[in-house]
Amino acid sequence: MKNYVSLLLFSAALSACVTINVYFPAAAAEKAADKIIDEVLQSRQANKPVPAVK
Amino acid sequence: MNRIFTLLSLIVLLATANTSWAQANLDANTPAITAITNSMKARNSQLTGAYQSGAVGFAKDGNVAVRDASALPLKDRAAINSLVAQENQDRAALYKEIAKANNHPEWEGDIRNTFAQRFIQKAGAGWYVQDGSGNWVKK
Repeated sequence: MKNYVSLLLFSAALSACVTINVYFPAAAAEKAADKIIDEVLQSRQANKPVPAVK
Repeated sequence: MNRIFTLLSLIVLLATANTSWAQANLDANTPAITAITNSMKARNSQLTGAYQSGAVGFAKDGNVAVRDASALPLKDRAAINSLVAQENQDRAALYKEIAKANNHPEWEGDIRNTFAQRFIQKAGAGWYVQDGSGNWVKK
């Protein structure tokens, strides 16, 4: 019985090993958003000061 | 009993040691996203007047919203609601597609929030944007 419990716990530990937590890439999202927004609002670009593209 | 405790601590150790923390990149370059962007680009010339007059503003939820239709010439008032609805439809599709393109459909809300902030940031001088509590503020 004890062996089964150990086996169960061990497999749980193994599956925990491959856990990958992917966080929302906030910085990359901002960059992607800026690119798309600049493109969409393009006609306004000439009329307002816009920081240089990084 | 002691063995189980040892095993348990080992598991906790393994679980913490082997968890990877990945900061993924964000891909926004699929045909679907390009199509939506082009559609928004084409509509923008029709909306620019409404942004400038304050009839339509950038809302804090990543949409555009009719703020004061009376700021528009009479002839444009009838069309503004459907223009705004179409724009918001495109924006919703855009946020969803970017999340989908990155295999994280659950990111849609985060992407929407990011766009909301950036749209407000990039609004032209004199345009109206919503602040955190939903009040319209002139830039």
